Amino acid sequence: MSNRSWIALALSAALVSGCAELAPKPKPAPPVRLNEDPYPSTYVRYPGVLTAIRHATVFTGDGQQINDGTVVFADGLVQAVGGPELASPAGAVEIDGTGKYVSPGIIDVHSHLGDYPSPGVTANSDGNEATSPVRPEVWAEHSVWPQDPGFSRALINGGVTTLQILPGSANLFGGRSVVLKNVPGRTAQDMKFPGAPYGLKMACGENPKRVYGSKGNMPQTRMGNIALARETWIKAQAYKRKWDKYYRNGGDMPERDLAMETLKGVLDGKILVQNHCYRADEMANMIDMAKEFGYKITAFHHAVEAYKIADLLAANDICAVMWADWYGFKMESYDAIKENIPLVHNAGACAIVHSDDPNYIQRLNQEAAKALADGERAGIPNLSEAVAWEWLSRNPAKALGILDKTGTLTPGKMADVVMWNGDPFSDYSRPERVWIDGAEMYDANDPKKRPVSDFELGQPGEGDVK
Amino acid sequence: MIRRVLAAVLLAAAAPVGAQTFAIVNGIVAKGDGSPPIQGGMVVVRDGRIVAAGDIRMKLPAGTPVIDATGKWVTPGIVAGFSRLGLAEVDLSAEGADDTTSNGPFNAAIDVVPAINPLDTTVAVNRADGVTRALVAPSAGRNIFAGQGAVIDTGADMDPITAPRKFQFVELGQTGAEKAGGSRASTHILFRNALREAGELRRFAAPIQAARASVPSELEQPIVRNPNESRVLGPEARRSEDVLLTRFDAAALVPVLQGRQYLLVHVERASDILQVLELKREFPALKMVLVGASEGWLVADRIAHAGIPVIASAVNDLPASFEEIAATQSNVGRMRAAGVNVSIGMIDDNDTRNLFMERQYAGNLVGLTKIPGATGVSWGEALAMITSKPAEAIGMGGEIGSLAPGRRADLVIWSGDPLEGSSAAEQVYIDGVRQPLETHQTRLLERYRYLPRRDLPEAYRH
Repeated sequence: MSNRSWIALALSAALVSGCAELAPKPKPAPPVRLNEDPYPSTYVRYPGVLTAIRHATVFTGDGQQINDGTVVFADGLVQAVGGPELASPAGAVEIDGTGKYVSPGIIDVHSHLGDYPSPGVTANSDGNEATSPVRPEVWAEHSVWPQDPGFSRALINGGVTTLQILPGSANLFGGRSVVLKNVPGRTAQDMKFPGAPYGLKMACGENPKRVYGSKGNMPQTRMGNIALARETWIKAQAYKRKWDKYYRNGGDMPERDLAMETLKGVLDGKILVQNHCYRADEMANMIDMAKEFGYKITAFHHAVEAYKIADLLAANDICAVMWADWYGFKMESYDAIKENIPLVHNAGACAIVHSDDPNYIQRLNQEAAKALADGERAGIPNLSEAVAWEWLSRNPAKALGILDKTGTLTPGKMADVVMWNGDPFSDYSRPERVWIDGAEMYDANDPKKRPVSDFELGQPGEGDVK
Repeated sequence: MIRRVLAAVLLAAAAPVGAQTFAIVNGIVAKGDGSPPIQGGMVVVRDGRIVAAGDIRMKLPAGTPVIDATGKWVTPGIVAGFSRLGLAEVDLSAEGADDTTSNGPFNAAIDVVPAINPLDTTVAVNRADGVTRALVAPSAGRNIFAGQGAVIDTGADMDPITAPRKFQFVELGQTGAEKAGGSRASTHILFRNALREAGELRRFAAPIQAARASVPSELEQPIVRNPNESRVLGPEARRSEDVLLTRFDAAALVPVLQGRQYLLVHVERASDILQVLELKREFPALKMVLVGASEGWLVADRIAHAGIPVIASAVNDLPASFEEIAATQSNVGRMRAAGVNVSIGMIDDNDTRNLFMERQYAGNLVGLTKIPGATGVSWGEALAMITSKPAEAIGMGGEIGSLAPGRRADLVIWSGDPLEGSSAAEQVYIDGVRQPLETHQTRLLERYRYLPRRDLPEAYRH
């Protein structure tokens, strides 16, 4: 039942009508829905056991801390979260969490693992389709190399259980992102987070104008960035009108355009805009552009100047995705301040800690610790470790459209759980055990419970603690 | 007895104008020499130097300022083991703001000193986080030799240079191969040729110096104190016809060849490290320090046996390139356990800006002691790796990097454990002078911490 057969039918109908003018006008062919998920997730959770962690300090991910807490999970899902009074179900494997901390798995909304993998050689450099500033047709998942050793480091050192892989920022429209479970797979589809919406990577500022301006092409300026983005949205609106009409009335199927399909997905509210944007004034321009064309920006990534417009971000319900203390690597990061994350949080906006880096993704908890401490020293009220954990799992899940599935330790959600060997807001602490969908994917005390990528097999250091 | 003597010395010293004599008491004092922290310790500073520190009680002259550090930690300032601090204000697309790399005609002769700007905001940001000194290396341009690096302080003044031309920096791994035309084999022949040319110049240069009299011997004084005013340009300093280096560059390598200037060698791969150890056998006078050494743990015994110090990346654990396939965060701990003198640097890791990360990395190395199968280091060792050890690697341990008597009084009073990134530097002293901790960033915080509109725009808040 391919599209082609429908098109053939429609063509023959048109021919018939041309020959017999007096016949009643035939009804147009009914519309055919395009498959919006042609590379579907094949992820299947691995088996787990009924587990109860007891006597741990628990960060639930939604701002709560439970001392002497209990977390119960089974069948891939969180079953119960409570204090010492919460009984272990019969048959549960009990883990003594005394002195340990338990949190939701960390979610990194900005990673290039797989599309800029290790080793960082040209042959594997698949993050930027820098051949045109408008490339919404490319999909990051088609670049993801599941054997990138970086995934394992993010898991065992970083406690990262979910991550969004984005195309790079050379382009105004960089392409679609993909959300992955940090569970090794043979294919990217094996890692794909079931039911997670797609994202569209957009970029403003220096990168697009540098990459194309240096080639003598548009955009060469920030005004060129905006103009080209607006022209593209105008086309996308026309494309959407055409397809909406087709889906309403049927008839001849319009010609497909992969780039426009992604942008139509944004205008339809199905694809979330993940917008690389550093400067406050540029974020304001992007917000106006979104209003002009009727789409929503889900998150500004690398929002180094978010603190200057935290009120604007809160009013527009846009997350700010930030580093704790990166600064000065280019002009648009010149005004970074160490209190950015807590100031955005304090303004009532959604603050997120991200990595954009295969090393920092292993220490996002420590990055949050610095931001928390800087915020407290600046006198920002109502901060705590439990509140700061929202920046690491709850808010990221919100920005990825998967908060109903993971991001907090809430009964019924995926059992994406990290048990830390100490307070994760300390440089001395590390994950001791990590579960994804209730399956134990890492145990520091068991060398077999540690992923080793194909690339590292037979190499010096294979299976090392890393 | 000793205490009394020290007190007497303090009394006797007529403090020059502007000199700071003070004591810090009741803090948790860590000396940076590898020893564990001391509760209720004391630090005494006079004329910009440490008089004594640790578990001591000293009678102070009346009127000596005493800083109560109850609940605080006191350590030497952080010494960034390898960096490019002061060479770049902004790294990308900002003309005039980046002096890390020279693609001009010279290489070994390059000296970072004229390029260092003590007013870079990067210097202030790191000062405010307790980094007080840094080894600053140039980046390699067209040649395997990057040029001569310096040791600087981060003080809020216009005199940043602690030790100019302290070391030569050379790339002998993957980067070196790229500079040499694409192969490590080429790198090594270029390196040997460069030393040959320097050796030739040395032979000719010696008579020139002798002729100028009053110079006792070639070994007593480096031929090139400053390559920018080289003395080996006279007509007597003949050279062979088959030379690749300019006269300046060859002259700059003479002190390296003589063992009068340290040679920092960047290599990561285990086999590259062994090649460097081989060079040490071939040229025993070279005072080499390995930089990077991500695969050092594979050949740790041999590095230890050669007695070559290592300034390593602390937590590299990715096979980020084919020369780092065996990278692990246990590298530093395993090399240390094998007896290698290891310190931590920021090798190609935000090296112009984020030196404050070193104490977080050092904390991570301590954290490894709790991980089965991993090798970490003790707290005292970890602190030493970001204070005294890098100083010792280039022969400056007697001057900076610890709270031993006589060292420059580079001190930080921290809000808490300095190996926790969440702790902050509350007071920073360089050469005994208290430093301002204000930065571009702190000013921005003040301006924007409250956003509601006021009678005048934000630009008027200053």
